[in-house]
Amino acid sequence: MELLVNATGMPNSRSNWLTVHAVVVFGFLYLPIAVLIIYSFNGTGVGGFPPRNLTLDWYRILFADGAIWESVANSLTVAAIAVLIALGLGIPAALALDRSQFPGKAIFRRLVLLPLILPGIITGLSLLMLFARVQINLSLLTIVLGHGTALISVATTEVFAGLQKLDRSQEEASLDLGANYWQTFWRVTLPNLKLPIVGAALLIFTLSMDEIAVSFFLIGRDNTLPLEIWGRLRRGITPEINAISTIIFVFSLVAIVLWYRLRTKAEGTPEIAAQLVETAVQGD
Amino acid sequence: MFSRAYRAAVTIPPLMWVMVFLVVPYFLMFCYSFWSVSASQTIVHSWNLDNYRQLLTVNVYWQTLLRSMGIAARVTLFSLVLGYPLAYFLSFHAGTRKDLYYQLVIIPLWVSYLVRAYAWKTILGSEGVLNTLLQYVHLTHRPLEFLLYSPFAVVLTLTHIYTPFTFLPIYAALERIPRNLVEASHDLGASPRQTFWRVILPLSIPGVLAGATFAFVLSLGDFLAPALLGGPSGIMISNIVVSLFGAAYNWPLGAAISLCMLALVVSLLFLSERLEKKWSFS
Repeated sequence: MELLVNATGMPNSRSNWLTVHAVVVFGFLYLPIAVLIIYSFNGTGVGGFPPRNLTLDWYRILFADGAIWESVANSLTVAAIAVLIALGLGIPAALALDRSQFPGKAIFRRLVLLPLILPGIITGLSLLMLFARVQINLSLLTIVLGHGTALISVATTEVFAGLQKLDRSQEEASLDLGANYWQTFWRVTLPNLKLPIVGAALLIFTLSMDEIAVSFFLIGRDNTLPLEIWGRLRRGITPEINAISTIIFVFSLVAIVLWYRLRTKAEGTPEIAAQLVETAVQGD
Repeated sequence: MFSRAYRAAVTIPPLMWVMVFLVVPYFLMFCYSFWSVSASQTIVHSWNLDNYRQLLTVNVYWQTLLRSMGIAARVTLFSLVLGYPLAYFLSFHAGTRKDLYYQLVIIPLWVSYLVRAYAWKTILGSEGVLNTLLQYVHLTHRPLEFLLYSPFAVVLTLTHIYTPFTFLPIYAALERIPRNLVEASHDLGASPRQTFWRVILPLSIPGVLAGATFAFVLSLGDFLAPALLGGPSGIMISNIVVSLFGAAYNWPLGAAISLCMLALVVSLLFLSERLEKKWSFS
């Protein structure tokens, strides 16, 4: 690239322009996050410039707010079970796509991936109609089923990508040496897929914690955190919402750092998020 | 090398789940779209095309659909305008800081979608951060009302949300371009501008298509940002569907609209994939 830059005759004009653009985009991406965090400490409420009367009161109010913490607990439960469902079906689905031939395989693949790119409202409403038809009352269970179904796509994508890179000869050796399929799966296949599986689990957990469009239609009496926040936004806004969002942001940052360290241990692991967007759109 | 039992064991459970929780629900949506609601608010299972007729004849439905497509198109355009040069900068000019910058683009994705939409609301409101800032520095004397509860607010928020998603596949596509192609282009006497237009841009088209499709489809179906920031003039098609499934209680009509959205999305995906195949050189 040195060559390219020098060849222009005006060495840095192009890269200067790009740098300014990048700064503007980063500013745009981080402005709301900065505002969110700053105003969680603002004594006079959300909005109003400059922020004044810095305080921890909103955090104090938040910690005493039972309804919020109940919804956090609900969200954590839903996300944990959604991870189990999505992995429990996504891992076999990836194995099936990699190793099995059956009629309608291409369509099956499309269907599994569809919820990834479909606006949540369609997934949510179609499931709502199903539950209404078979008279299942809406509850956290219906949300879990919705999240699990929508997020199988993430598990399948990640595990399938892992399988593509897997060295088949290890599995062959295991089978030749007398292990049965079940043993081979647990002792050879699964350990080799550890990284994509952990990555998928982390992503599914985060996406489920944040999910609102599908949950919106499947919610029963108990709220998940995003729906609890949604309900409060309609009643008026307080920095308490900034406070809980800030806390969750900090936790997410920790998760990213952990994931990043884990990921860099494996060479050439494709970036999970980019891969998801591409798979969602292009189906392969 | 894998036995029949093995293949059945990994194929049947996900297949069954997909049948029950995806295929059957989509089929139900299809059925509902031909039914109707009686005066006593029960679903009447008589098959007819009334809902689709309403979609075409009642202005508010197709006008809102067109407006939603307009909003989604603007979001896609702005996301590309913000995302492409950023991806290009990272891939070709960021040097050793590449990974750090990449993570910086990803991090906002970890902040809840709802929370980011809410943050924009606190920025754009008449008592919000931006208006009070403008008055504080005496640029304006009263709040600018068009900032919040307008299509502008919806486009801004959705652009903020989908820019990283648009960036990702473009960046991945740029990273996949063999650097010796770029060098060859230079060695053969092309200017950087020519190299960009003739080598880099064509090779990054698959990434652009993936990012654009993702941004368009997901912003088209969004109902949270318009409900939160759109006001009456920023209503989108999904908001109508939400009200049909809620207070207005007309599931069949809501199902018909959803099905049209589904058809639109699937045909866009199909189109995008065809184009992507055409543009990929590998």
